Amino acid sequence: MTCCYLDPPQHESYNCATKDVTLFLKDIYENILNPTSLETIEQITTSASQELSHISDLEKLEEWRVSYLGRRGKLTSILRGLSELGLEERKNAGNLANKSKALLEQLFEQKQQTLATYNDFDSTKPAIDVTLPGRPILTGKLHPTTSIVLEITRAFENMGFSVVEGPEVELDHYNFEMLNIPSGHPARDMWNSLWINQEDENGDTPFLLRTHTSPMQARVMESTEPPIRVIVPGKCYRYEATDATHEWHFYQIEGLAVDEGITFANLKGTLYEFARRMFGEDRKIRFRCDYFPFVEPGVDVSIDCFSCDGTGSGCRICRDTGWIEIMGAGMVHPKVLSGAGYDTDKYTGFAFGMGPERIAMLKYGIDDIRHFYSNDLRFLQQF
Amino acid sequence: MLVPLSWLQEYVNIEVDPDILGHRLTMAGIELGEVIVHGGWENCYVGRVLEVNKHPNADRLNLCKVSTNSTEVEVVCGAPNVAAGQNICFAQIGATLHNPRTGNTETLKAAQIRGITSQGMICSELELGIGTNHEGIIVLPQDAPVGMTLDDYLGDTLLDLELTPNRSDCLSMIGVAHEVAAIFKLDVKEPTLEYDVCQTDIDTMINAKVQDYDLCKRYTGNVITNVNIGSSPQWMQDRLAKVGIRSINNIVDITNYVMLEYNQPLHAFDLNKIEDSTIIVRRAKQNEVIETLDGIQRKLSPDHLVIADAHKPIGLGGVIGGANSEIDANTTSIFLESATFDNYNNRATAESFQLRTEATLRFEKGLRPELAPIALRRASQLIHELAGGTVCTGSVDIKSDDIQLDPTIKLTLSKLNKMLGMNIDSQTVLSVLESLGMKTSLGSSGEISVTPPYWRNDLQIEEDLVEEVIRIIGYEEVPTIALSTPIPHQIRTPSIELRNTLREAFASVGLQETISYPLITLDSLRHCGPLLDEQLPLQVANPMNSEQEYLRPSLRPSILQTLHYNQTHTDPETPIRLFETGRVFIQDKPNLPREKDMIVGVISGPFNPPSWITSNHNTDFYDLKGLLHAGLQKTGITETYEPHTETCFKESYCARILVNGLQIGVIGGISETVKDGFDIRTPNTIMFELDLEAILESQRASTWAFKPLSRFPAAKRDLALMVPENVSSERVVQTLVGDKLVTDAYIFDVYSGESLPPGMKSLGVHIYFQAPDRTLTNTDVDKALKSLLRAIEKDMGAVLRTS
Repeated sequence: MTCCYLDPPQHESYNCATKDVTLFLKDIYENILNPTSLETIEQITTSASQELSHISDLEKLEEWRVSYLGRRGKLTSILRGLSELGLEERKNAGNLANKSKALLEQLFEQKQQTLATYNDFDSTKPAIDVTLPGRPILTGKLHPTTSIVLEITRAFENMGFSVVEGPEVELDHYNFEMLNIPSGHPARDMWNSLWINQEDENGDTPFLLRTHTSPMQARVMESTEPPIRVIVPGKCYRYEATDATHEWHFYQIEGLAVDEGITFANLKGTLYEFARRMFGEDRKIRFRCDYFPFVEPGVDVSIDCFSCDGTGSGCRICRDTGWIEIMGAGMVHPKVLSGAGYDTDKYTGFAFGMGPERIAMLKYGIDDIRHFYSNDLRFLQQF
Repeated sequence: MLVPLSWLQEYVNIEVDPDILGHRLTMAGIELGEVIVHGGWENCYVGRVLEVNKHPNADRLNLCKVSTNSTEVEVVCGAPNVAAGQNICFAQIGATLHNPRTGNTETLKAAQIRGITSQGMICSELELGIGTNHEGIIVLPQDAPVGMTLDDYLGDTLLDLELTPNRSDCLSMIGVAHEVAAIFKLDVKEPTLEYDVCQTDIDTMINAKVQDYDLCKRYTGNVITNVNIGSSPQWMQDRLAKVGIRSINNIVDITNYVMLEYNQPLHAFDLNKIEDSTIIVRRAKQNEVIETLDGIQRKLSPDHLVIADAHKPIGLGGVIGGANSEIDANTTSIFLESATFDNYNNRATAESFQLRTEATLRFEKGLRPELAPIALRRASQLIHELAGGTVCTGSVDIKSDDIQLDPTIKLTLSKLNKMLGMNIDSQTVLSVLESLGMKTSLGSSGEISVTPPYWRNDLQIEEDLVEEVIRIIGYEEVPTIALSTPIPHQIRTPSIELRNTLREAFASVGLQETISYPLITLDSLRHCGPLLDEQLPLQVANPMNSEQEYLRPSLRPSILQTLHYNQTHTDPETPIRLFETGRVFIQDKPNLPREKDMIVGVISGPFNPPSWITSNHNTDFYDLKGLLHAGLQKTGITETYEPHTETCFKESYCARILVNGLQIGVIGGISETVKDGFDIRTPNTIMFELDLEAILESQRASTWAFKPLSRFPAAKRDLALMVPENVSSERVVQTLVGDKLVTDAYIFDVYSGESLPPGMKSLGVHIYFQAPDRTLTNTDVDKALKSLLRAIEKDMGAVLRTS
């Protein structure tokens, strides 16, 4: 109805008016006596009906009425001037003028009705201030991490991955051993851990806050037969000082696909598709060699910068490099596959892991990761 | 790892721009941290100090006459080590230097210092930006060409490499040189390792044996006599200084130099301090003590490997030497050790003594046993050349039976291509592997036997070689192919779905989601109510600070802290509504804790934001109950409430939330004590907490089914009921809707006051009657109503209010 309110359907009343005016004019020509006054009446009637057809609000309609039918209106003036004419002339012209007046009054009423149907505006009341705010309804928002995790997991769900989760307190066995990071391995320096003050039945202290979501690779493979395509979002923890780009508490999203015949080219294809869904269709990806003990070959994955389109010139987001690192990835290490009981001659797979906060920071231009979990509403309500 | 290009260029003729070199290395897995440039010193020259005289007006300053061959000027110098005859780094007027006092780069001007004009400056490391030493000036070698620009003489470019733990080969110049050579298709020129030996047989000089082969796979050594202990040549000191190693003496410098060159840490013992000329590589005895080179007495156990003589330990193998066998100014003969120690034991020992040295950094990565004799030869050669030593014939070389030198790895082309998803031909594979220093032989079956070079300790399996091939060829050569294997059965996780539903639901009714740290303090937990000893939460053994020490067993402290935090910078007229979903951790010794998904929500302040049109009130129990109910409706459960008491909440201002008798959560106004504990300043703060597991369970038990729509009209009756105050309104409504003709009933008015008998309250109730199969007559409705009234009067003492 909104559109009718602003712009009432004019064609109908216009057609109606045109028909009536045509008949009226025919009447004039058939009874033509004094061309001067009659022509004047004719002109007034025609222009009045034409003007009327363009009127779309009651205020203008009232102006129209005053201008033609009001006490000093054009038609009224003619009627008043009839006394100066001869009798016969006066009679014909008066007759016509009255007919014209009746016609215009009829058209006025029609128009008034039409407009009133679409507009219950009461001209006697002052207009409301439509710029005043409406009655407030409070809205909450999802935490930006939640939103970005959902966005990322949905992109992979659409590629046939299932979302699963794992425990945040993990065993050394899953967090390290099963991932080809035995105790005493120098690669353990890559993950400074927060250990839990609790002994297991052997008196060991194998409990820690997981340092990555990768333990779920082993847990999923142990409990599931291939083929596997899972995506694992969740909180991770490191013994680490915080600064603008490091948090000790953060999310990670792990991906794992295992089946017969999965190749490194498939890893590239999957991550390429993800980059396009997340950052735009024109995105390119780039791999460089990197090391994670649970994949071989292992790579670091970058996308070309969505901010400067990979040109890198004067770009704050990619720091002039044209590329943005977004995740680590690789082919699942045969020790991880065999550790979970998979036949490494038959099955291959790929795995990847990324930090959603980093991706949110890139997407929204957030300058400091510490904003995420300080829970300041001035930050949270921007997303 | 700092790699001066001038040093690297000794092995590989690399001339490319350092940024390009760094980029190519980075793409191949050797990440460049930064390029450090030593140089850009305008108006700086190699100068010579001709004279040093005391400054007439200052005790600690000297007046030096400095020559750059073309000019002679007078310079004021405060360095204690300045002396006539030195070659030094001289900055003329107009030089741009780092000013350690201001921290800025400034242009040097002629300056009056205590009445004397200084026409320049003799520079320290710090002023040139090539080190941190500002104690004294840099003294250049005597053969430094006076008058040469400092850029030409001292300038260099260093790559600071950030290595992953697998690529410790690039902790050495030769390792980096081979990497560069493979990437740029160049050749590597390794040192020749040739030197003259004397007639004396090593067996007459030393008797070495290994007792614990598990901790030492290979032990090699040379005896070198007639050594002149002194300083090492300036070029060696300069190279060591560039990578941050202090010069000690020629022998120690050479062992460090070879370690940087080849990656193999070495150690030199004073041969005359080795009792009975006997070396025994063994586990330490319990409580054996050694004083190490850093002057600390260390108590040992059989977990530690020592190098011992006939009577005592003389070194902590691969970690640090013993003070009792240290090289000193009087040393003339040395035993030079180059060994392969067990990486795990070495790392554990270093950690137990908190002694992570340049040596342990390398040993812990697991060095190849092939490397030990090569580095030994190189160090012996340098000692022979630079310290005048005479190397005895023969070497100690003791190997464990189980070490396998030059192991081969099988690589099949089909496996490589199957793994990568592309087709690389065998010639390309062979040439890449050979460029990386590997020996290859192509078998008749297409299988390639690969022997990794002595400097690579990270290549063990076929997959490692696949990576070698592709990282040198370049990942851009791999095709981009979408997964084409069958999509596995989709795993549904109801808890994730429920959590997502509730998140959306609570956000849509105006609660803002927060996420907070799950490590909290005991105090914050105690603020929510008393904490019994058996309820103590799990504790972090190595907390980063006392604020993050305990794993939260409840989300309540987190949300209340978040509320407090936001109240401190929010206008009190603005409502705050928050919720958080997260795990809580319940001890389950000796197993992993139980992790439960919970949601907690809180509202405080006014109910509405400031508005010109909406009336407002301080938020209360029924506000949050309404929001909670609206949210829970999205889960398809129908919850009920009953009065409840918990210390966290105000007395009689709290309810348990139930679904068919199963508790799924609580809701209530938080008590004054809790408010004080968290320093919450609003009069009303209402909180709910939901257990997602319980909601899931009640969802599973739900018997909800579609009800057909009745074609017949409904009748409505309004009643004013007088009910005893202790009867809950929910009970009244439940009883009313229990009637088969009643489709709905709700309370539109609650009144209690003086016009009622004591102990009674009045409830106004709309009741809707409807039958699925007929139009109800007034008689039907009245009959049903009468029987309902009888029932509630009998059950709960409720009567129709007459006035």
